[in-house]
Amino acid sequence: MTWLSIIIAGIVTYFARMTMVALISGDMLGDKIKAVLAYVPSAVFPAIIFPGVFINDYGTFIEMNDPKIFGALVAIIVGYFSRNVIATILSGLFSYWMIIFIFNF
Amino acid sequence: MLSKKQFLTKGMLDVATHMLSVIPFGIICGAIGIELGFNPYLVYGLSIIIFGGASQIVFLQLLSGGASALIAITSVGVINSRHLLYGAVLSEYLEKLSFIKKLLISYLIVDQGFAESNKFFKKNKTEENLHYHLIGTGGTLWVCWQIATITGIILGSFVPDEIGLKFAIPLTFIAIVVQDLKKMDHVIVMFAAGVSSLIFFNAPFKSYIIIAPIIALIVAALLLRFKK
Repeated sequence: MTWLSIIIAGIVTYFARMTMVALISGDMLGDKIKAVLAYVPSAVFPAIIFPGVFINDYGTFIEMNDPKIFGALVAIIVGYFSRNVIATILSGLFSYWMIIFIFNF
Repeated sequence: MLSKKQFLTKGMLDVATHMLSVIPFGIICGAIGIELGFNPYLVYGLSIIIFGGASQIVFLQLLSGGASALIAITSVGVINSRHLLYGAVLSEYLEKLSFIKKLLISYLIVDQGFAESNKFFKKNKTEENLHYHLIGTGGTLWVCWQIATITGIILGSFVPDEIGLKFAIPLTFIAIVVQDLKKMDHVIVMFAAGVSSLIFFNAPFKSYIIIAPIIALIVAALLLRFKK
């Protein structure tokens, strides 16, 4: 039963991936739609980032002094100037761990 | 004019840095499944059949919490519906492929691969065989995801969840969009998406993940109209 659910969930996911690629051809999308679609990364990824930073494992809002906010800010600044993915992720993680370490010893 | 192999390699390199967050997340994903008491084969089956990080965790958590299969499947569908947007963006670059190739390459479209390949496609619009870049990003992510979830399944409860490796996920997405902070219109769209995702966080089936982008795209459309 669980396997059947996984397979159905997999098919649903695959259809989400495949439908637009397989069915849309270039002339079907007008210039206006294409201009809006250029914003897709900016429209989708913050919807993953914000909850990942501001909401904790229990589904409630974090405190304003949570180390994740500091870590995210450091990552944004480092990422903005370095243009480097590894530097962005590591600076965020280390500054986050540093705050946890300082306030926990 | 680059060769197919060069596109493939470029794709693999472009996405390589994201492994810093993808691999820990994959390990966590495998470990959570085992901790929740699921059969290891079943936990691994998700990585091949669904191949979508967050949705795999939600699926297992819902089932272990006693939710019905219908609710678990609906949640996976809603969480992964954002791929419809990725597909719409990528369709422009993949339209010359045969129908079969489109069906095959679609399986490999995931967040980080879409982000990196889309950036590459925008800069190299006129090149042929661009899709090899997407095979490079998606293929690399697929292989690493499989290895990471298997590792998590083997380590099981030995994986500590207190060190906050989960925080690497928002960080990897910050790395993807941070350069667009230079453009005011993108800043507004990002802010609209982020704030909406928090407002709708408790909407059923984790639907904030698609509601927020739709609101943000409506904001983008209004901005475009305003610009003219």
